[in-house]
Amino acid sequence: MERICVVGASLAGLRAIETLRAGGFAGHLSLIGAEAHLPYDRPPLSKEFLAGEWDHDRTVLRRAPYDDLDVELRLGVRAHRLDVAGRAVELDGGERIAFDGLIIATGATPRTLPFRDLDGVFTLRTLDDAMALRARLDDGARVVIIGAGFIGAEVAATCRKRGLSVTLLEALAQPMVRGIGPRIGARLAQLHRDEGVDLRLGVTVDDISGDGRVERVRLADGEEIDADVVLVAVGVVAETSWLEGSGLTLDNGVVCDERLMAAPGIAAAGDVCRWPNAQFGGELMRLEHWTNATEQGVFAATSLLAHSAGESVAPFAPVPFVWSDQYDVKIQCVGRFGPDDDLEIVHGDLSDERFVALFGRDDRLVGALAFSRPRQLMGYRRMVADGASFSEALAHAADST
Amino acid sequence: MKIVVDFDKCTSNAVCMGIAPEIFEVRDDNFLYILIEEPPEASRPRVEEAVRMCPTQAISIEG
Repeated sequence: MERICVVGASLAGLRAIETLRAGGFAGHLSLIGAEAHLPYDRPPLSKEFLAGEWDHDRTVLRRAPYDDLDVELRLGVRAHRLDVAGRAVELDGGERIAFDGLIIATGATPRTLPFRDLDGVFTLRTLDDAMALRARLDDGARVVIIGAGFIGAEVAATCRKRGLSVTLLEALAQPMVRGIGPRIGARLAQLHRDEGVDLRLGVTVDDISGDGRVERVRLADGEEIDADVVLVAVGVVAETSWLEGSGLTLDNGVVCDERLMAAPGIAAAGDVCRWPNAQFGGELMRLEHWTNATEQGVFAATSLLAHSAGESVAPFAPVPFVWSDQYDVKIQCVGRFGPDDDLEIVHGDLSDERFVALFGRDDRLVGALAFSRPRQLMGYRRMVADGASFSEALAHAADST
Repeated sequence: MKIVVDFDKCTSNAVCMGIAPEIFEVRDDNFLYILIEEPPEASRPRVEEAVRMCPTQAISIEG
């Protein structure tokens, strides 16, 4: 390969270009990013950055000079179309970037709601989003957050820390229920209420209204909630719109093989990538987590180079890991679990702020979740990877408590 | 090779401990302890992985 193009200048894209150079790729390398900023870290945007504790500088991902990577940086310009047969990425404005290797890392875009566009209504994904939202979190601002997933729950915690009044609206029965299940979700709901959040579960929003600037949110039962700031945090959609018609398989992301290849010479990484994870019976997964973006950026680059050299690499089959910091609680999850799995609380009690929940299916340990128990949790990540049984994990917990 | 941790950034996710438990240890007080500040050269690949995988980018290597 002589020309590799990486589309998406965030965590996965950066790790990909670093890995390509470290892996000996000496050809032309370009990195295309829709945002004007050099790659930065997103997790702090809903936490330290939004809290006003960190500035932009602390979110910069790469401290070493980009010159060391000998990469053509094309920032602030969108990839508009992919020409697979012609081996080129077409940018907004028509310019074509030729490649013989491509890594797709275009991430995801927040979902929005079908209401009138009003000043004071935000989504949170990018640094620019975070700056705009932060500028409006003045003393006394009444914040209404729609959606209690990772972003909504974290922003609720950050706003409470800033002393703001927070109403958190969730359509499902518990906060973060898709990620952590109903029982732990109920524990998290209690945490937010203890911290003063007005948490409404099982509610839907009928309208967001105001005179130019947002003034209130109306629920389906007719109740109106006054708001100075509204955050819409109802999930994201994989950013594949530019790939429509390219011939790549698009289905809730770019569908790849177990080595993250979408087509010959074309790999994908990060939030946009959907692939069969052999660690979990080949389940097609698309993960929106930091650790996955890092691991896939590295893997996609390695896989691309190996394919081009006619070598083979082992499939990408990790045990997923994600964390979330809310108030003084560190929530960490490993593995893959759902509401139908067996659940046992170990290393503490559900009423505490420190415990581990183990998840089993057919006597296999499929995942673990911790509130402020990082030491214990990492042990279970290894046990999931090693295919430990659920009873083994419970015995381990009993031994080490 | 010397391991440097920015403890202002470290939030004790313990990912490093999962990668190199003989070097990094998060104890029950939820603080990170460096067991070997200057690990042998043979540990470099795993220390580099710990640097890369640290969720808060709190670890760096000198030398």
